[in-house]
Amino acid sequence: MSITVPSRKRIKTQQTSRVSTNYTALIIVLIGGLLMVLPLFMMFVFASHPKDNIFRFPPPMWFGDSLLQNYQALIQETEGRFWRIFWNSTYLSVVTTVTQLFFCSLAGYGFAMYEFKHKDRLFGILLATMAIPGALNLIPLYLVLSLLSQLFAPLDAAIRSVLPWFPSLLWIGSPKALWFPGMASAFGIFQMRQYILSAIPKELVEAARIDGCTEFQTYWKIILPLTRPALGTLGLVTFIGIWNEYILSIIIFRTPESQTLQTLLRLIGGGGTNTNVDFGAVMMGVALTVLPLLILFILTSRQMIAGLTSGGVKT
Amino acid sequence: MAISRTKQVNVVPPEYRYANWQRKYAPYFFIAPFFILYVVFSFFPNIFSFYLSLTRWNPLDGLGGIKFVGLDNYRYLIQDDTFFQRSLVNSAIMGILGGVPQHLVALPLAYLFNNSLKRIKGFLSALYFAPFITSIAAISVVFGLLFSERNGLFNWALLQLHQIPLIGGLFPGEPINWLGRSFWIQPSVALVIFWRYLGWNTILYLAAMQAIPDELFEAAAIDGANRWQQFRFITLPLVRPMAFYAVTLTIIGSMQLFLEPFTLVGQDGGAGNAGRTTMMYLFKTAFTDLDFGLAAAISWVLFAIIIVMTIINNRIFRGGKAD
Repeated sequence: MSITVPSRKRIKTQQTSRVSTNYTALIIVLIGGLLMVLPLFMMFVFASHPKDNIFRFPPPMWFGDSLLQNYQALIQETEGRFWRIFWNSTYLSVVTTVTQLFFCSLAGYGFAMYEFKHKDRLFGILLATMAIPGALNLIPLYLVLSLLSQLFAPLDAAIRSVLPWFPSLLWIGSPKALWFPGMASAFGIFQMRQYILSAIPKELVEAARIDGCTEFQTYWKIILPLTRPALGTLGLVTFIGIWNEYILSIIIFRTPESQTLQTLLRLIGGGGTNTNVDFGAVMMGVALTVLPLLILFILTSRQMIAGLTSGGVKT
Repeated sequence: MAISRTKQVNVVPPEYRYANWQRKYAPYFFIAPFFILYVVFSFFPNIFSFYLSLTRWNPLDGLGGIKFVGLDNYRYLIQDDTFFQRSLVNSAIMGILGGVPQHLVALPLAYLFNNSLKRIKGFLSALYFAPFITSIAAISVVFGLLFSERNGLFNWALLQLHQIPLIGGLFPGEPINWLGRSFWIQPSVALVIFWRYLGWNTILYLAAMQAIPDELFEAAAIDGANRWQQFRFITLPLVRPMAFYAVTLTIIGSMQLFLEPFTLVGQDGGAGNAGRTTMMYLFKTAFTDLDFGLAAAISWVLFAIIIVMTIINNRIFRGGKAD
């Protein structure tokens, strides 16, 4: 076999073409990309058309002028409770994200900066729990939540007979049914540990101790501010996950007061078959459910993508 | 002995005693919340769920109504329950129809991002990734309209293509009832799955490709390897571990498919239950039929199937390592 030595010129062209943009590829990939965001675009188009236009053939493909009208219809369809429902989703997502950030960074700090008995074994267990598919947990989780509800029911009734405004102690139908069990996730702890190990030197913790910080103060004053990038990423991932959470929500949030955007969609959505509701209103509800995350995504897409795929990228 | 021990305690000034104590036990407090939550909300409940899978139980009867039936639920699922078996087949078909194209497109797409379109790959990634962050319950309503038989965008587009001379015959002239006919439900759901996860898989492959040092390609170019050879002999072998990870996730996700069919065609899976997956059947058994014993058994069988498929997948990827 003879060795062909390519001319210097050829090597150069290959190298430059590696950096320069290939226009055929660009056009194909761009068309594909536009098809990917087409359903999102159509969502806003539908949300801006009156219900009769939505079912026109061919369907509308550019924005109409019925945004306000559809918004008013949405408020009417939900009997004025739309923003209350929106608030429920926001509250649930924010509380889950904040508690998750706190407990995951705390445990991540524990695993990264301390030596203690059974540390490796405990960390191994933590990693193993990540491998268990969600399908297995659905029934058990529901059972615990309904059991807790039954346990607290007498106490709840007693308190409410005296203080009717007191927040419910029941679990089914309360946002804590979702955020409480999800306060600390194995995924989040793993991410935080990796970040703390890679970005924060142990000497910093030693220095804080010598200055008289307690262990928790070290975490709160030194570690937490330094983990901000990782907190941001984990926060985004958690927020998206819980905002879009559906299967548990439709089991747990069945009362009108606990309704979230996802359970509202279950009621008014239904793939265009539910003709009782004003479809302009439905599309407005759909758009307002997707819009917050879309804005968040446009602002932080790089960090968000890195966070969501980090499980695979770091291993 | 006793004397020396008291001495040692006295050596440590009292203000440091607390510091030492809390330094020793602090990490346990820091990691405790996760383990307590896990034991309370997942570990013990799962053991109870395994016990439940050996019983018949309607939760409305209270804990006293649990009837032990041994392996009857498992026997019923494996031998007689055609709904359950059908749901497994449905999950597998939709998983394959939606999953295989995902990887076949994501791999070359990531290669294009990384090699030909480096400058704008951030923007392109965002375009393809956007579906992944949108709420499926919400976007299903949009897809419901796009798939609509009489006035949907997809049928309109097919009709336009049908009218093009020469190649028009390749496209149907009659509108297709995508979500209404059992034959079309599975490809329709698969399309939504493909749409949702394509960007995600592309990013995974892209990450693996970015980790390949440029020197490898330069060296290969000097040796006269063309673009295809570089892809075949450098990129492909080096993204193999990531491909294993990505395919594993696709398999696990497919077997637990729930959201897309549930929100697109309803909780019974539409015409002929064609869109009913195992997770949907589990959901119905538990929360509509209130048969928690059988539902628990379904979840354990599903768990076992997922483990077996992961092991098989592992073997396939390991086995081919020699090439």
